[in-house]
Amino acid sequence: MAELIVISTLNGVLYGMLLFLLSSGLTVIFSMMGVLNFAHASFYMLGAFFGYQLTRWIGFWPALVLAPLLVGAVGMAVERYGLRNTHKHGHVAELLLTFGLAFAIEEIVSMIWGKSPVDYRVPAVLDFPAFTVFSTNYPAYKIFMLVVSVVIFIALLVTLKRTRVGLIVQAALTHPSMVGHLGHNVGRVFMLVFGVGSALAGLAGVIAGPSLVTQSDMAAFLGPILFVVIVFGGLGSLPGAFIASLLIGLIQTFAVALNGSLASVFGPLDPSLGASPLTDIWNVTIAQIAPILPYLLLVLVLIFRPMGLLGTRES
Amino acid sequence: MHKLIVAAAAALTVLGGAASAQESIKIGYIDPLSGGGASVGEGGLKTFQYLADELNAKGGILGHKVEIVPLDNKTNPQESLVQAQKAVDAGVRYITQGNGSSVGAALEDFVTKNNSRNPGKEVLYFNYAAVDPSMTNEKCSYWHFRWDANSDIKMEALTNYMKGQPTIKKVYLINMDYSFGQSVRVAARKMLGEKRPDIQVVGDELHPMLKVTDFSPYIAKIKASGADTVVTGNWGQDFALLLKAAADAGLKVNWYTYYAGGAGGPTAIKQTGLENQVFQISEGVPNSGNKAAMDFEKDFRAKTGISVWYPRAVNEMRMFKAAAEKANSIDPVKVAAALEGMKFEVFDGGEGFIRKDDHQFFQPIYISSFGSLADKAKEPFDEENTGWGWHIVSKIDTEQTMLPTTCNMKRP
Repeated sequence: MAELIVISTLNGVLYGMLLFLLSSGLTVIFSMMGVLNFAHASFYMLGAFFGYQLTRWIGFWPALVLAPLLVGAVGMAVERYGLRNTHKHGHVAELLLTFGLAFAIEEIVSMIWGKSPVDYRVPAVLDFPAFTVFSTNYPAYKIFMLVVSVVIFIALLVTLKRTRVGLIVQAALTHPSMVGHLGHNVGRVFMLVFGVGSALAGLAGVIAGPSLVTQSDMAAFLGPILFVVIVFGGLGSLPGAFIASLLIGLIQTFAVALNGSLASVFGPLDPSLGASPLTDIWNVTIAQIAPILPYLLLVLVLIFRPMGLLGTRES
Repeated sequence: MHKLIVAAAAALTVLGGAASAQESIKIGYIDPLSGGGASVGEGGLKTFQYLADELNAKGGILGHKVEIVPLDNKTNPQESLVQAQKAVDAGVRYITQGNGSSVGAALEDFVTKNNSRNPGKEVLYFNYAAVDPSMTNEKCSYWHFRWDANSDIKMEALTNYMKGQPTIKKVYLINMDYSFGQSVRVAARKMLGEKRPDIQVVGDELHPMLKVTDFSPYIAKIKASGADTVVTGNWGQDFALLLKAAADAGLKVNWYTYYAGGAGGPTAIKQTGLENQVFQISEGVPNSGNKAAMDFEKDFRAKTGISVWYPRAVNEMRMFKAAAEKANSIDPVKVAAALEGMKFEVFDGGEGFIRKDDHQFFQPIYISSFGSLADKAKEPFDEENTGWGWHIVSKIDTEQTMLPTTCNMKRP
């Protein structure tokens, strides 16, 4: 049991940190620009595919740096030439733009790299068991993923809390028009934030690609979970996104490990009742409903605390 | 401009006329070509295209060329129905599908309804891998033919072999959460309980189908259960990723599987280092020793770059030809009548036949294990360049695979 707890905690934290890499950008972009970027998970996918392609050409380590930069550049271009132009038509137009973009990116990716998974492998230097807990190996690559996400988290925190850039970004989060009045180029701040947000998503893609599966529907898998994370954490709140990411990572991992069902708590139903939808509900285990738990959480949060865990604004 | 249109119309008429004189037989291949099932779906498509080329090189079927029409169903029953309707509207009279019994059941229902509503435009469904037993039992259809042994037949054979393995004490079941996965778990529990009541089932897991990308939480759970053996019907990505996670965690157990040989499976097994501890049940093995099959395997690998995952697809297409020739027609109604009860020398040798009562094909099946190949002359084929290949550990003859059916066939 102790073994299961240790391994599940590690896996849960790792998944949570990956979610955070993605949701941090998304939540900052939302609170700044008021746009829920539907294409955010697509940047994650682009990161994975760029990472794969660059790894084949120039190796994994250069790809680890270059691929996120490329994705960031794509993100900035989207902001500069797409969102900024649609901004004057209101939020709905912007929302629709990112929505369409998500589909366009998915189609383009499957046109270039095909629809089946690409062979994106863990680099040979990291392909060994890092340590063994109770006879279970833990792969070094996962530790590497964890380290990268923690480093990025700290860097992000320091930038936001301790630098002038961070100050402007934070100000723009809550009072965008005031920041503009003070003479800052809010447009450029938006573009940079969008670029950095996309680059973070790209980085998550590069490091997650070899461990999870790199294929053209990976964005569609992750996209909905991201929205859960930022709504749960509170729109625009970075600490909220951090806590929500870890919580959802842990909940999903531990739910898989649990076998409990109504039947195991209250005893099996009388067999004379026969098979009915009720018996299905009675016997379904927590492990089986693990994938829907985050969405259930989303609904509950929206009902009981619409601003999310650490959110401050109602909108 | 006007003249051009007239000329084009005339040319089209001429072309159309020429085409209908030796109309090709279109087979709608409805399987995943995107999403989690794509890796196996694409392998299946290559297999059918190769088989169509093989038939066409020998003059096709009764002079008609065979053409495979690929239709992507994303492993989704609703999407499959849309694709099937699209195919039928385009004049397809034969459809083939294999990945996912959820899809299979929907297509079986589709052909049954279609054929009762559109007499004269019947469509046949050739099933090469959807193995939910219900498709040839309570839900059976006259218009459906299945070339793969159904899940209960496979589990019967697998548990007969497991019965003789005294080292098996604790079994963990992990399956995909849909009709097929559920039938595997039910059959495994029932049959193990009958044959080896001393075996303890320490876990019985259903996970979302083709959606999990990291199986490490499941592997941690298997490890914690203390299981020495895992039984799984997982296929495609769900098998390859499960084994990959097992390799990463260093899980050392025996694996009894239905589809370990599919895309990515062998590579993942090699990674676990579990030599001769992963077993598969199938109707053919590359190193079967049958000369014709091994020659086919060699040529197939050279042309497609994959192994023959589906000897049953070879049986399907060759029997289709034989049945059409026997009926002297490519009309689905006549072909269906000719297929009923038909006997056939199968790909890896031995006789198989289609049971008239439920349209299930019965054939010899093999249990094989995966490991290094000692004698390269006798066993020349490895898998996915791992250096490891399949060895036959047990053969089950056709007679011993016959389970009773509850099918109450409604004939036209």
